[in-house]
Amino acid sequence: MERRVYMDHAATTYTKKEVLEEMLPFFTEKYGNPSSVHSFGREARKAVDLARERTAKAFNASTDEIYFTGGGSEADNWAIKGIALANRQRGNHIITTSIEHHAVLHTCQYLEKMGFEVTYLPVDQYGLVDPEDVKRAITDRTILISVMFANNEIGTIQPVKEIGRIAREHGIYFHTDAVQAVGHLPIDVKDMNIDLLSLSAHKFYGPKGVGALYIKKGVKIHPFMHGGAQERNRRAGTENLPGIVGLGKAIELAHENLEESSRKLTAMRDRLISGIMERIDSVRLNGHPVKRLPGNVNLSFEYIEGESLLLSLDMKGIAASSGSACTSGSLDPSHVLLAIGLPHEIAHGSLRLTLGDDNTDEDVDYVLEVLPEIVQRLRNMSPLFAQDKGEKHYV
Amino acid sequence: MYSEKVMDHFMNPRNVGEIENPDGVGQVGNAKCGDIMKIYLKIKDNVIVDIKFKTFGCGAAIATSSMATELVKGKTIDEALALTNKAVADALDGLPPIKMHCSVLAEEAIKAAIEDYKSKQLASSK
Ligand SMILES: Cc1ncc(COP(=O)(O)O)c(C=O)c1O
Ligand SMILES: [Zn+2]
Repeated sequence: MERRVYMDHAATTYTKKEVLEEMLPFFTEKYGNPSSVHSFGREARKAVDLARERTAKAFNASTDEIYFTGGGSEADNWAIKGIALANRQRGNHIITTSIEHHAVLHTCQYLEKMGFEVTYLPVDQYGLVDPEDVKRAITDRTILISVMFANNEIGTIQPVKEIGRIAREHGIYFHTDAVQAVGHLPIDVKDMNIDLLSLSAHKFYGPKGVGALYIKKGVKIHPFMHGGAQERNRRAGTENLPGIVGLGKAIELAHENLEESSRKLTAMRDRLISGIMERIDSVRLNGHPVKRLPGNVNLSFEYIEGESLLLSLDMKGIAASSGSACTSGSLDPSHVLLAIGLPHEIAHGSLRLTLGDDNTDEDVDYVLEVLPEIVQRLRNMSPLFAQDKGEKHYV
Repeated sequence: MYSEKVMDHFMNPRNVGEIENPDGVGQVGNAKCGDIMKIYLKIKDNVIVDIKFKTFGCGAAIATSSMATELVKGKTIDEALALTNKAVADALDGLPPIKMHCSVLAEEAIKAAIEDYKSKQLASSK
């Protein structure tokens, strides 16, 4: 294999060297328990405090509003179950969207079994939620609105500020799963009226298995993990010290470089999209052309199936992902692609390429060079292509 | 995830294509579930003398199409009808459990193509 190109940064990123370097002493030298009173403990506590400051600063929160968790899924679970259980007497209705990550969707489905009612809002062809739909879904029993900041599959960025304002006007808590947005998009929880926000370090060049939940001061929420007094009695368990240190460093770096990195990725993204569209027929872009994460490319190739596309790319050293059913091991293609109205057979032929800081223009050139051949080879094998030849149609 | 043999049949599938004026054609699966297989047969004296396939589907679907066509080429119709999806999977050194359903299609496509051949025979002998 001559070349390896990683274009799956929405799945996870590598840990930056500067991040790793800050983490390492906390395994071997500064390994104290942040709850201990001695100097080892105080040293560890200081490091957690610094990480909390850096995290709060990244989206204009205060330090006492940041709670470290074991990743994005935990933050989503905590936000939704914690609000639901603590506000039961006020109501049992939750509003979310049909394109959330499973960490939100499956949590909501679980709560439905426990007697809560959930509205799953539709999205338009670009994956956008209509704030008017949010407004219309509100009842006097609604206690929580949860809408993701940016979608992990198609990259669509939601009108978070407008939805936040609607939630505030109705006195309803607003949670946003910002796992794909933190470190990539400017966020201001005050300006955007966000009450709860989930993030995960491994999506912005930090380590895996550590994240945070922002909980605005005064929000009524139950703890998720019961036990010791860590995280101000709200999330028990000895802190993942190196992980938290890494998260803090990674979020600081990401927000320092946000504009420059975003400009670079957007340019690469758009060149990749237009380059593929120029070279290959019967392709459609999934997601919004501009209200889109800087590094996200999601395309559907008619007549072929996503997993065979992924395997072929992998043979050429290119790492990508797909929303096809055969990839996920379920019978249905991605719920996000179906929600934006793609027919099943087109959803099966989807490819997600997500760019990151380590990608170069040469990587883009390489993908543009090998992808057309791969698509052609698979189409030549496809009975759908044969039947359709001559009368090519676009969807 | 996949065996070397699966990857070999995926990257270098045998018997891809179409047969002009085939004696039997079978298509199974649908785009909704993600895999479609189409098999073309040329049959002489009850023996499959040529076989080609076209497949829309995952790596396992393409590899099982390729292997299944290899296994029945040169065989009699009855031998081909006895082909099981397990035999196809075994010949590929196994498939991941969640991919076994993809191998069923290969077996079904060959059976459908033979059925098509038989019904045409019946029609022309009437
Ligand atoms: C939008 C979104 N939410 C939640 C998660 C879950 O995060 P984690 O893997 O840290 O649990 C992910 C990533 O997998 C994601 O993309
Ligand atoms: Zn399959």
